[in-house]
Amino acid sequence: MSVNTNALERKLKRRASLTDTNLLLIITIIVFLVMYICAVVFLKKGFTKPQMFFNILNENASLLVLSCGMTLVMITGGIDISVGQVTCLVCMACAVHLQKVNDGLAQGNVLTSLLIALAIGLAFGIIQGALVAYLEFQPFIVTLAGLFFAKGMTTIVCSDRVPVKYEPFVKLAKTEVTIPFLGSVNKKGIYIPAYVEVGVIVAIAVVILLFCLLRWTKLGRNFYAVGGNNQSANMLGINVKLTKFLAHVLCGLCAGIGGYLFFLHACSGSPLHAQGAEMNAIASSIIGGTLLSGGVGNIVGTLFGVLSLSTIKNIVTSLGLEDAWWTNITVGVMLCIFLLVQSVILARKNKNKK
Amino acid sequence: MKDGAVLEMRGICKFFPGVRALENVDFTLRQGEIHALMGENGAGKSTLIKVLTGVYPKDGGEVWLSDTPVHIKSPQDAQNKGIATVYQEITLCPNLTVAENMYIGRTKSPFTNWAKINRQADKLLDELGIPVSATEQLGNCSIAIQQMVAIARAVDMDCKVLILDEPTSSLDEQEVQKLFNLMRDLKAKGVGIIFVTHFLEQVYEVCDRITVLRDGKLVGEYIIEDLPRVQLVSKMLGKDFDDMAEIKSGSESENIDLNGTPVYQAINLTGTTGIKPFDFEIHKGEVNGFTGLLGSGRSESVRAIFGADRVTGGTVKIDGIPVKIRKPLDAMKHGISYLPEDRKLDGIVGDLSVRDNIILALQVMKGFFKPFSKAQAEAFADEYIKLLNIKTASQDTPIKSLSGGNQQKVILARWLLANPQYLILDEPTRGIDVGTKVEIQKLVLKLAAEGKSVTFISSEIDEMVRTCSRLIVMRDGKVVGELKGDDLNQNKIMATIAGGESK
Repeated sequence: MSVNTNALERKLKRRASLTDTNLLLIITIIVFLVMYICAVVFLKKGFTKPQMFFNILNENASLLVLSCGMTLVMITGGIDISVGQVTCLVCMACAVHLQKVNDGLAQGNVLTSLLIALAIGLAFGIIQGALVAYLEFQPFIVTLAGLFFAKGMTTIVCSDRVPVKYEPFVKLAKTEVTIPFLGSVNKKGIYIPAYVEVGVIVAIAVVILLFCLLRWTKLGRNFYAVGGNNQSANMLGINVKLTKFLAHVLCGLCAGIGGYLFFLHACSGSPLHAQGAEMNAIASSIIGGTLLSGGVGNIVGTLFGVLSLSTIKNIVTSLGLEDAWWTNITVGVMLCIFLLVQSVILARKNKNKK
Repeated sequence: MKDGAVLEMRGICKFFPGVRALENVDFTLRQGEIHALMGENGAGKSTLIKVLTGVYPKDGGEVWLSDTPVHIKSPQDAQNKGIATVYQEITLCPNLTVAENMYIGRTKSPFTNWAKINRQADKLLDELGIPVSATEQLGNCSIAIQQMVAIARAVDMDCKVLILDEPTSSLDEQEVQKLFNLMRDLKAKGVGIIFVTHFLEQVYEVCDRITVLRDGKLVGEYIIEDLPRVQLVSKMLGKDFDDMAEIKSGSESENIDLNGTPVYQAINLTGTTGIKPFDFEIHKGEVNGFTGLLGSGRSESVRAIFGADRVTGGTVKIDGIPVKIRKPLDAMKHGISYLPEDRKLDGIVGDLSVRDNIILALQVMKGFFKPFSKAQAEAFADEYIKLLNIKTASQDTPIKSLSGGNQQKVILARWLLANPQYLILDEPTRGIDVGTKVEIQKLVLKLAAEGKSVTFISSEIDEMVRTCSRLIVMRDGKVVGELKGDDLNQNKIMATIAGGESK
């Protein structure tokens, strides 16, 4: 008899409810789709053309990579607010390097500049990671220090805007990867193919890699465990310190890659580059369903978070509200509404379980 | 090394600031035995286990695993060396799925094969009869299920030593039996099991050997047949045991005026947590209790009374006057205090000192802008530390470094200080030792004699019978009976809980 009831009970429970991570992911995707479709239907203008979508990607390849790194750190329950300034430092360092190469003052090529970018990102990741994980400092403070340090370093490298004229690099930056079948016909009836920049391909590759890392590798699952409850994670036999350290290293590496993508898009270095990018990255992660408290989040969500954020900005602009404060106000309000929706849905779900 | 020993700890020492948690403790675990580790709160059981599992580094002594001396650096290390542990508090990650919690931290391959893990987990859960799907998020499961998952994880590890630190405190009778069967199976396979519990019945049901600790020192190791219960208790307490049955002598319920105006009365109280509307009343000087199986709604009922969960309907009268209780502060202002079931979650503020934790409730009622003077606070704290015999290094010790039973006493002190007319105690004796249990029960009866009303909840029925003069029995969120007087005995209670629709 009891065996029977058990079997029945199991059958009832067999359909497991969604995990928080997946639930938030679905919300994000739905919100993005609704927003974009509304824009296409009501605003028309550029939104009906696929190129509009690809432009969002072109503009935000760098932000996407930064956000992915941010998501990793946030899943472990930390935060990294240095990534924006690291991006700025990477741009400046690479720009100065390539200008010197161009002027024949230094040896090097595009590859060396890329290595510089990665090295800077890694260095920040390793140092900040070590301070957070092994000395157990607050991640916010550590990365705040990193932010100031990077800001200072940028101006030491050069305090002016440095445009890059190094031929091979400019060529790479201007390379357009055409997307088949998704072009549009202009007024004169000429077919213009849709394209993305090289950076987008890299960013998408990073998204796919990190998605796989989080989903299928031991390390990725450890990130979630540590963020869920680091005491428990320790008792479950996870090396919590190493896990936190690696999250910061990966985030640093992402800042390096993201920085280089920004550089590729802007083709210049400037102390004013990527100002506030860390905040955009945090906002994107949160819209993408990552909880600041850790343990919940998804890279695909972050992808949609970045898309949502920039779509909002585009919508605001195409409404004729060009001033920067309008976009900021809208993003602020959106973020609030989004958090509200998330918490309401999570609360309802948790109520249903009883 | 003694014959057949899988684990031997010799001369283990561990000091915390101001406290000698373990002093020269020896412990031997033989192959294929279930070994109970007993002691009062603060005797050092949990500390010994945490030293063994590498959570705390030891300050002295040696650990031998099957004839080789080992140094256990971390919980991972302990796992790798074949020591699996289920801790008293659930140490799993609520944001991961059941299957992940079972396998995380102990898979070799750097990649996760979801299909395989889910299949294995489902198979194991089926075998152990745990009614949950492997892909369910752990946070969505009940505490009992979470505890079973923790046990499943430990069992599945190919371990030589299995440590169960009070695994039964959140399980019901049936689940406990499942666990015991499992323990016997493992024992037959030659696994050595260390079993920490406060339930004496359980010790005598499954264990082969008992090691008793007291105040961080070893009292002795005994074979179970050689140590009758009374002696075990006296060894744990370090004094001759005054029988618990004595407690309820004289303080019978005759002097309670059940016809007068109740101190608290609820009619059709409706909550949002899945309990049916219920009526309830309590009189001056009365001790009553809610009983029922785990999840029957006994905690939810008292939470509704206190306003801890949202109340959607019903009338509440205090001393016959209708009042509105919507949130805990309302209840507190009307002289109701509530000691929550989960002291980790609802009760203690871990980083605050013992003193601050004691005056917290009174401070809230007084208002935060009128703080107590330091001298006043110290006087309050001193009084209650003495009254309840709280073992703490000083008033300034953070409460989180106290043992479970002492934390519970601090919370009790907090509510007593608020001088409530009506005190609700939800599982005040869970996870604490026999001596403290008796102290708390005595205290409850003393309070009642002083004219306070107390609602007492406990999973241990004999404890309820001893303390309460009236019992409200719940099943599946419904009040199914009320027992008093001669009906108040174990058999009758069991029968009412089990039901049988005898209407």
